[in-house]
Amino acid sequence: MNFSFRHSFALAAVASAGLALAPVADAKTFKWANSGDVSSMDPYARQETFLLTFTSNIYDPLVRRDKNLKLEPALATKWGQTDPTTWFFDIRPGVKFQDGSPLTADDIVFSLNRANGPGSNMQSNFVSVKEIKKVGDLRVEVTTKYPDPLLADKWQALGMMSKAWAEKNNAVNSADMTKNEENFATRNAMGTGAFMLKERRAGEKTILVPNPNWWDKPTHNLTEVIFTPVANAATRVAALKSGDIDMMYEVPPADTESLKKDANINVMEGPETRVVYLGMDQERPELLESNVKGKNPFKDKKVREAIHRSIDVDAIKRTVMRGQSYPTNLMVAPGINGYMKDLDKRPALLKPDEAKKLLADAGYPNGFEVGMDCPNDRYVNDEKICQAVVAMLAKIGVKVNLRAQTRNLYFAKILRKNDLSQGETSFYMLGWSPAQTYDVHNVFEALIESPNKDTKKGQFNAGGYSNPKLDTLADKMEQETDKAKRDAEIAEATKLYVDDFAYIPLHQQAVVWAARKNIDLVQPADNSFPLRFVTVK
Amino acid sequence: MLAFILRRLLQSIAVLLTVGLVAFSLFRYVGDPINAMVGQDTTMEQRDELRTKLGLNDPAPIQFARFIYNASSGNFGLSYRTSEPVGRLILERVPATLELSFCAALFALFVGVPMGVYTGLYPKHWTSRLFQAVSLIGISLPTFLIGILLILVFAVSLHWLPSFGRGETVQIGWWTTNFLTWSGLKALILPSITLGLFQLTLLMRLVRSEMLEVMRTDYIKFARARGLTNRAVNFGHALKNTLVPVITVAGLQLGALIAFAIVTETVFAWPGVGQLFIQSVQFSDIPVMAAYLLLIGLLFVLINLTVDLLYFAVDPRLRAQGGGARVAGH
Repeated sequence: MNFSFRHSFALAAVASAGLALAPVADAKTFKWANSGDVSSMDPYARQETFLLTFTSNIYDPLVRRDKNLKLEPALATKWGQTDPTTWFFDIRPGVKFQDGSPLTADDIVFSLNRANGPGSNMQSNFVSVKEIKKVGDLRVEVTTKYPDPLLADKWQALGMMSKAWAEKNNAVNSADMTKNEENFATRNAMGTGAFMLKERRAGEKTILVPNPNWWDKPTHNLTEVIFTPVANAATRVAALKSGDIDMMYEVPPADTESLKKDANINVMEGPETRVVYLGMDQERPELLESNVKGKNPFKDKKVREAIHRSIDVDAIKRTVMRGQSYPTNLMVAPGINGYMKDLDKRPALLKPDEAKKLLADAGYPNGFEVGMDCPNDRYVNDEKICQAVVAMLAKIGVKVNLRAQTRNLYFAKILRKNDLSQGETSFYMLGWSPAQTYDVHNVFEALIESPNKDTKKGQFNAGGYSNPKLDTLADKMEQETDKAKRDAEIAEATKLYVDDFAYIPLHQQAVVWAARKNIDLVQPADNSFPLRFVTVK
Repeated sequence: MLAFILRRLLQSIAVLLTVGLVAFSLFRYVGDPINAMVGQDTTMEQRDELRTKLGLNDPAPIQFARFIYNASSGNFGLSYRTSEPVGRLILERVPATLELSFCAALFALFVGVPMGVYTGLYPKHWTSRLFQAVSLIGISLPTFLIGILLILVFAVSLHWLPSFGRGETVQIGWWTTNFLTWSGLKALILPSITLGLFQLTLLMRLVRSEMLEVMRTDYIKFARARGLTNRAVNFGHALKNTLVPVITVAGLQLGALIAFAIVTETVFAWPGVGQLFIQSVQFSDIPVMAAYLLLIGLLFVLINLTVDLLYFAVDPRLRAQGGGARVAGH
């Protein structure tokens, strides 16, 4: 249907009836673009920031994050632990779904089970969960297999769905990839959230309108939101400059300067919670791609130190990143629970001959040769950062042979296999953000603890750094409910990996957004983009 | 005649199967889609389970056979990226691509042919030289750059036309069209020019050289001697005789326009099949890539078949030869 035609027809009708046209003058349409489309409207289709943040406009979670990433009540008004293995969530009374039906504990239980069910990609949020049950119309109780103090944090991104709606539309589970069946929830959405899905054309545009019956007081003033994927960066910039869109999510670094010069455009920049770091194979007795035979130089702390202290992250920031990075010495970023500011100090850079001496002490007076793997389309300027590292290490006699490739090939090569045996890499780059819990334990568990097939820890510890003392501390902090004790454990464990030069943290990349001057919005550090904070002047 | 068509159809199936097999043996080089499908915290075990479930651990020939078996019953599977049925995903984008290619072809034809005639008739005139120079740009500048330049001029500086997208579309059955709204028509202009410019140049140069050729022939001189008007000579006699190769090329180029709209669609965020393909490559979305490649293979097979049949109909010599061969065979 020709919308503008219908619209003008309606206008004419209203005008001829002699009525005021106030609503039209107040129309606040917000148009924004990103390089890719939201892959699905199903909030459990993919554990990926963009999908979760987009669908959270339609589906409210139990608890949500405010502008500063602190938890605040959403569909749950109260939550907590009645004993170490039991959580409760009190459901906000009087909340209605967008189809008018009331939200009850049944919907919450249904949604949580759906998120942990077949086809869902959210199952990793439920590892500790034993049972989810309704204990009243407005109370849900969750028992866990072991004390899990972070359960509420883990679930902050899970949007709650309507049981009746899903059952009626045959969407009780998320889409099953092995069947050729359309899943209703892939294209349609109906939650309790601030916005309702008006139109969904996958790959073309997605239109949201405000939910007039939202339980919360709207902080936005939008009447319509149009999201369009625009893959080409140059087109996206042109569209913003011409006013065809009001905001672009994720500006490519190369365009930041030109956008800053545009008087009609605001460029917003902040550190992202993800830390980009380099890892070294400390597990194999002999490196895969190296001229050193019979031993593995990265097993020697002196070698790791020499390399760590020869990589100038500030130079990378100045040149490769054009100022858009925040150098760090820790594996977690500020804003994440367990970030230790006191320990976030990079040791002084070594002069090349000092580093060479350190290498000579370790038994490599002439340096050595090693292969390096790097993605070229995953992190901002990933390949260029690796090239800079290659040049920096060449100065201390470490010859690095770089292999940069597309992410789908890259991850398949370097990540651990099904049985947690090592991937094929000696020296690699990864980025990580504890996006589920916003807590440092996730980083310890996934990246720093020793890989263990039985406990499933250290899944992404591709280099195989192993320190039993750190493992014990990390396991303790997982179940520790006393905050002071827990902080002490975190500090101790952090110091261990920093002193061991276990990893080479580089920086947090900047999240850069750009919007027209008449747009007011909030840019959280986790790169989520809640529409409820957007106002159009 | 029927035997000819049947033989060609059989050959076409062989061609399609080959395209599919080549595609499947290449897919393992685009990488592992699993890591893009799952969240960061998904365990290696779960990743491998999904890989097995989707059959990605099987050897390429088996994956291919399974794909062909399912495809023969119209089942192309679900997209790894969007979890939507691939058949519908592609079908939804076909109108956008076809309308764009159609407009680009019209643009190339109705601007390119007259320009070719003109430069053929007045090769020394300064406007002809200007056309020639402009056509050089069309041939030498990459499509990507032309698109961006047009956007900068007409969208960013002049604000006349939208910088991207299809504008408002109207739904007629499963088809969505740009032709029935003002914003849809405006949105077509820049991408059509971008996509059609190369074909325009090609047609113009082809018509020009054919015209130059024809104008030298005796029958044109006789026509002039008979005192026919310029109009009748130029268009009735000269242009008509240049059209056979022009139609052949234009027809074949239509296939190229549809298949290679990828760059234009990416630049203008045009929601067509080409853009879908690019997104799928980035994601290693094997079901969509496979279906797309087969579709494009089919398109070219059909176009070639039509062209062959047209030759058969148009050129009496071919028919005579075909008949002769049959007689000789008996």
